[in-house]
Amino acid sequence: MPVQHPVERHTIAVIADNEPGVLARIVGLFAGRGYNIESLTVAETDADKHLSRFTVVTSGTPMVIEQIKSQLDRLVPVHSVSDMTLGGPHVERELALLKVVGTGEKRVESLRLADVFRAKVIDSTTESFVFEITGATDKVDAFIGILRPLGLVEVSRTGVAAIARGKTPM
Amino acid sequence: MSSVADAARPASQAEMSGSEIILKALVDQGVEYIFGYPGGAVLPIYDAIFQQNALRHILVRQEGGAVHAAEGYARSTGKVGVVLVTSGPGATNAVTGLTDALMDSIPIICLTGQVPTHLIGNDAFQEADTTGITRPCTKHNYLVKDVTQLARVMHEAFHVATSGRPGPVVIDLPKDVLFAKGPYRAPETVRHRSYNPRREPDMARVAEAVDLLVNAKRPIIYGGGGIINSGPEASRLVTDFVRRSGFPCTLTLMGLGAVPAADPHFLGMLGMHGSYEANMAMHDCDVMIAIGSRFDDRVTGRLNAFSPNSRKIHIDIDPSSINKNVRVDVPIIGDVAVTMRALLAEWQRRDPTLDRKAIAAWWERIEQWRGRNCFAFAQGPDIIKPQYAVERLYQLTKDRETYITTEVGQHQMWAAQLYRFEKPNRWMTSGGLGTMGYGLPAAMGVQLAHPDALVVDVAGEASTLMNIQELSTIVQYRLPVKVFILNNRYMGMVRQWQELLHGNRYSESYMDALPDFVKLAEAFGCVGLRCTKPGDLDGVIREMMANGRPTIVDVAVDEKENCFPMIPSGAAHNEMILGPSSDGKPGKPVSEEGMVLV
Repeated sequence: MPVQHPVERHTIAVIADNEPGVLARIVGLFAGRGYNIESLTVAETDADKHLSRFTVVTSGTPMVIEQIKSQLDRLVPVHSVSDMTLGGPHVERELALLKVVGTGEKRVESLRLADVFRAKVIDSTTESFVFEITGATDKVDAFIGILRPLGLVEVSRTGVAAIARGKTPM
Repeated sequence: MSSVADAARPASQAEMSGSEIILKALVDQGVEYIFGYPGGAVLPIYDAIFQQNALRHILVRQEGGAVHAAEGYARSTGKVGVVLVTSGPGATNAVTGLTDALMDSIPIICLTGQVPTHLIGNDAFQEADTTGITRPCTKHNYLVKDVTQLARVMHEAFHVATSGRPGPVVIDLPKDVLFAKGPYRAPETVRHRSYNPRREPDMARVAEAVDLLVNAKRPIIYGGGGIINSGPEASRLVTDFVRRSGFPCTLTLMGLGAVPAADPHFLGMLGMHGSYEANMAMHDCDVMIAIGSRFDDRVTGRLNAFSPNSRKIHIDIDPSSINKNVRVDVPIIGDVAVTMRALLAEWQRRDPTLDRKAIAAWWERIEQWRGRNCFAFAQGPDIIKPQYAVERLYQLTKDRETYITTEVGQHQMWAAQLYRFEKPNRWMTSGGLGTMGYGLPAAMGVQLAHPDALVVDVAGEASTLMNIQELSTIVQYRLPVKVFILNNRYMGMVRQWQELLHGNRYSESYMDALPDFVKLAEAFGCVGLRCTKPGDLDGVIREMMANGRPTIVDVAVDEKENCFPMIPSGAAHNEMILGPSSDGKPGKPVSEEGMVLV
């Protein structure tokens, strides 16, 4: 058996042609080779050139991470693969929409905490709020954890979008 | 020039039907043969084929045979193999061959019919999600919904199939697109916007590699199928390096022929059924240079015991092959021929003084391992040993232009061990996928490309039945293919593993009710020969070679013979089991971890 190396979490950005089946190729590669996907965010980022940007958060040993990047880069419609985690300082954000149902003290408390976390109220009824929060994964996790005892009933998250700091583009 | 080719001149302006665009693109790409089987969705292409003479269509008897035939054609010529099948079952039958071509890096273009665009997704008759099904078993695939994109896709597909690490590409063609009129574009007008793999190595890495090599005391060269795929020039350069350096060289199953077997530096194939000397040398070396090989599990044995004390150099065109199974010290991404040219130039520039004393001592150890005579077998007077049959086949055919294909199993390993290949592209075998039924259709493709050569499918009786219908094809096209069956009435390799791992319980590995292969050959219109005695073997082989007709030779061999030497699964290179006739000791029983490995 190979020597066990520590599992690392990496954020990988992939630029690929926005064509039918490209998402299936990327997801199929991860499924077929047994790699993890912790989150995956996709959208077209250049309509003129028909390019999409995929941000994949994955985990594995350094050798597996290297394989993931090589395998992604080998896909024919993929233009570039960059490892944000290794590539120097970068920022990661995700957006979550959280539905909290309750009345009385719990309802007031959730609103107070939303303020602390700089979450926005984007929908409300007399018995519920929908909060929008944007931040690093840890911050979103923390907010979700804190809302759970306060009536959190539904979570929708986008997964991570990431970009390198500084003036140089990918 | 064909009528199809002429029709498109003066090129781009004239509108052509989708089917005509496809054939024109194939002709412009230098295609001679299409292996295929018609059906409703591809009838327009077949109609266009009928009306031209530039391309020759070979009608197989099952679509799986078409892909293997194209693989045989591709591997023996270095060109692209082209396949044409219909939608639904036509495409699904091609899947095994596509997977085989992906695993062994063979350039294939497979055109699949599809139901008309407006019916896609409707569960129409003979509809299958071909691009969905073939996504993981092709290098790339396309669904062409717009005839204006068809010429571009055709040329792009050839670029993708042949550049970088070669592989199969599927083009799925809805029937309405075949009828629609559109413009043609010449190959040179198409450039791929994202896929342009690098061929030139990083020279700093090459220098690092030479640093390691010139200081090696126990070097080994470990070459693979990437050398063959890179072209004959790559084989010449690697052979040149072997001779210039005086280093020992071993080749993988896929690499056989890259360095001439007669060269004294060649230690034979390595891996699970490779030679003792090759595996021991891999285990004990101090510098290894892997050239176009991928550290497959059949080659490495137990990974944490694989060549534990060596520094490793790895040349490969596919970055994902590097550091996949084994971490290497000097990775070099590049084409084998281009990289070896650079490496040889650097080597000559330095004019190195090697540690001749250490290398001579290394060769002495290797000669001792060689002395174990690991492929030895004892041929008695009565029963034909399968190894003897391969040995005689080799001796009698070696002076002719001979191409060998195989099925999968014991016979394949015996052929790899005992047939000696002096040139690349002479050996076609299903290495990565291990596809039984590969050899007969592959031989068909080889024979078409080399009509005057002797093409022999070294077969087992079980494997060859998997695509036996292709006998009908070889008769139709008067291909004098020889099927040389080592008939032991067992799925030999399955039985061998049952002996090794499952207490001799021969679960379903005995082939009851086998056909009479002589009568079977005759029923198809081939010649059938049988051989049961060692003394008759040469005569039967000579008859097979002389008759100029498709022939099955049914050689009744020792039913209980096993293939040695062997690295049991989960064992290391230096834990090889040697056969009873070699000067060896019995191996260790297979470990529990080894049991679960394939």
